[in-house]
Amino acid sequence: MMVDVPVAEVAEVELYHAKSYWTKYVFSQDAKVIAIQYGGTAVAIGLVGLVLSWLMRLQLGFPDTFAFIDATDYYQFITVHGMIMVIYLLTALFLGGFGNYLIPLMVGARDMVFPYLNMVSYWVYLCAVLILVASFFVEGGPTGAGWTLYPPQSITEGTPGSEGGIILMLVSLALFIIGFTMGGLNYVVTVLQARTRGMTLMRLPLTVWGIFVATILALLAFPALFVGCIMMTLDKLLGTSFFMPEMISLGQQLEYDGGSPILFQHLFWFFGHPEVYIVALPAFGIVSDLLAVHARKNIFGYRMMVWAIVIIGALSFVVWAHHMYVSGMHPYFGFFFATTTLIIAVPTALKVYNWVLTLWHGDIHLTQPMLFSLAFLVTFINGGITGLFLGNVTVDVPLSDTMFVVAHFHMVMGIAPLMVVFGAIYHWYPKITGRMLHEGMGKFHFWVTFLGAYTIFLPLHYIGLQGVPRRYFEFGDTAFIPDSVTTLNAFVTVVTLTVGFAQIVFFYNMWRSYKHGKVAGDNPWGATTLEWQTAETPPGHGNFGEELPLVYRWAYDFSVPGAKNDFIPQNMPPGPDTNNH
Amino acid sequence: MIVAIGLLVVLVGTVLFHVYSPWWWTPIASNWGNMDDTILLTFWITGAVFIAVMLFMVYCIYKFRHKEGRVAHYEPENTKLEVWLTSITAVGVAAMLAPGLIVWNDYVTVPEDAVEFEAIGQQWSWTFRLPGEDGKFGTVSMKDMNPDNPFGMSADDPNGQDDVLIEEDEMHLLKDQPIKALLRSVDVLHDFYVPQFRAKMDMVPGTVTYFWLTPIRTGEFEILCAELCGVGHHAMRGTVVVDEQEAYDEWLSDQATYAELVEEARIRKENETRLAMN
Ligand code: HEM
Ligand SMILES: [Cu+2]
Ligand SMILES: [Cu+2]
Repeated sequence: MMVDVPVAEVAEVELYHAKSYWTKYVFSQDAKVIAIQYGGTAVAIGLVGLVLSWLMRLQLGFPDTFAFIDATDYYQFITVHGMIMVIYLLTALFLGGFGNYLIPLMVGARDMVFPYLNMVSYWVYLCAVLILVASFFVEGGPTGAGWTLYPPQSITEGTPGSEGGIILMLVSLALFIIGFTMGGLNYVVTVLQARTRGMTLMRLPLTVWGIFVATILALLAFPALFVGCIMMTLDKLLGTSFFMPEMISLGQQLEYDGGSPILFQHLFWFFGHPEVYIVALPAFGIVSDLLAVHARKNIFGYRMMVWAIVIIGALSFVVWAHHMYVSGMHPYFGFFFATTTLIIAVPTALKVYNWVLTLWHGDIHLTQPMLFSLAFLVTFINGGITGLFLGNVTVDVPLSDTMFVVAHFHMVMGIAPLMVVFGAIYHWYPKITGRMLHEGMGKFHFWVTFLGAYTIFLPLHYIGLQGVPRRYFEFGDTAFIPDSVTTLNAFVTVVTLTVGFAQIVFFYNMWRSYKHGKVAGDNPWGATTLEWQTAETPPGHGNFGEELPLVYRWAYDFSVPGAKNDFIPQNMPPGPDTNNH
Repeated sequence: MIVAIGLLVVLVGTVLFHVYSPWWWTPIASNWGNMDDTILLTFWITGAVFIAVMLFMVYCIYKFRHKEGRVAHYEPENTKLEVWLTSITAVGVAAMLAPGLIVWNDYVTVPEDAVEFEAIGQQWSWTFRLPGEDGKFGTVSMKDMNPDNPFGMSADDPNGQDDVLIEEDEMHLLKDQPIKALLRSVDVLHDFYVPQFRAKMDMVPGTVTYFWLTPIRTGEFEILCAELCGVGHHAMRGTVVVDEQEAYDEWLSDQATYAELVEEARIRKENETRLAMN
């Protein structure tokens, strides 16, 4: 950090130039345009996921009220909602959206290294989304097997969408993975090969570290899901028995024999657990940068933060079966997976400490990005803590498959990353559009969303502790479930709808500020990273002007004693103004 | 200021909610009180961390919020502090993990004197089987399963003759008798879950899973299915009744064995044929 690393020479590469409107804005190879396409599509399908959550909440809050929601619909809603939120929204938004926009700019590259592949990646992703949506219109509707798609039920009668719906889901996932692999290779190679002179790995902003490691995780984890999808498709269409044991489905003996349903669970969670970190690590990275910039202070323990990201990423491949403690796998696995899972808590906790320590003796500007970062901290700490319950095998026995689990993962991988998404949008919108978002609307949006989301999910832990199971269309008369649970559910539904509609303010703000927002200038937050040092805002094609920036320092030179400003951009050479750092 | 207060409200609200929440675990009816204890321990340790970190944040936001002329400190890292924090966290984590693993060891180690019963899940109902006097279950197979033989018993297995077949969704257990539940499924995944017992385990077609417990109080408890198993998942209910010896014996004597059921069916058939001949 303090030492000057000799500058490595990287030759400039010829940049692709678009010639028409179509190749510039539609079939674009510019990572910034692709980022907007990815982001826009992810948000659009995310809104479908949001509307589905309202429908589910309506059913849970007011059972027997809505004739248009029956059990079949409900199970389809939870399945598609879960799948959309985890994969098509958050994964696509963090990696395809933020990854594409920020990686080249932050490492000082003109674009991704494989721009054409990058473009194809988006269009394959779009196909995957459209196929997912199409499953609503096939006979039998989308699959209702739960987002985990466990066989045998996902492909046998008795589960909604076990004919067309599940096939479309599997095809859509396979396509998503193919598209992602194209993008992912790009992100990794760009970070490794296209960094500008002086940008050593240990000078990368944590945002890039988070996205980079998450992408590696995804490249290693998605293949497990991919083969799982293919094998299940074969079981369904060709009658193979990878996952299908001998069974009698609704009175009918099926032809299958000898397959293992638990094998699918292993494949699914070998992907599924790293997936949590695929969403979390970019959020970790981004929030680190938001905290540093808006507290005008270096991120506390940068090297520790980098290593924590790497260690968490590595460990995330040896904890998957903590989702399977009561799956019927060999019970002795429980010892191993509980131990690895709780070990992962240590580097994770360390990250939390370093985030809050970054606030210590800071100069905290309570801007929108800072507010949402704080909201991330609260929800992530809360959700991380309940992870210690579920990871600790014994404690998981009574809690698994209850509302406690629903509350836990929404807090930790639903709400917490979404808070970062909002923070990041408020933070980078000025760079992307050249205008600031409106602060008053932002404040309103923040308070309603943060307090609302917390209120939605906090009480659900407790009814889960009581034993209220998840994935229940209705609870009927169940002796141990008191009426107060129904009252609570109604309350939660009302809050959900309120929070949902408050998002209109956010979208209105984005739309209005695009034309009428305060002009941002190149570096409104006084940030140090390279994307804020571009010649134009929004950055033009090729990102940086004539010459690529030269990097002299890490990304966190805030409030350096003796320096002229309270921030020193990464590309500022040492001199009297910088106190020679 | 408002932000610091806002976060403080969240913290205090969370703690108050925890303390006054009307929703808490159901009174326990099995020996797995140590699961509850582990949960409580986890609540205490993690709760303390939650409160400490939140208070620290609130303080920082209040104390170091931007004011004209404030300059942040420049402190890239503090290895000593980080080592300390890591160590303390590791100790806290170990304090939760160790009891967790000990209880898990109990959970997967079935005591010698446990008696077995079998719970069978199918979309969307439960049936049960007891091994009968010989303490051994007869062989079953899917191939033999049909409306006349819903359990798929094989006719020529001597172990199966005295198996008690309970073709309804109510099962009785004897209080204070350790039992091992053998779990099977005919079709898709299910999960045998009685909240008051704390225990649960998936039922997986093609294999037999298990857990064990000792019921510690009499009463009627609901069996829920805790693994999504299709459109009827939420409606897949059953009842388990924990009895004292006397009531249990009485219930048991009302249940039919496989041999008795076969005999009954034979007589019924004979009667039918006789009727048809007349
Ligand atoms: C405020 C917004 C949200 C609300 C109100 C909401 C509500 C719900 C509800 C009611 C369920 C079904 C619970 C059940 O019956 O088991 C559910 C399931 C789920 N949600 Fe959300 N959700 C929201 C946002 C998210 C986000 C951002 C994610 C991203 C991680 C997410 C991921 C999931 C998953 C993975 C499931 C499980 C689906 C399954 O059981 O197969 N949700 N959500
Ligand atoms: Cu079931
Ligand atoms: Cu079920």
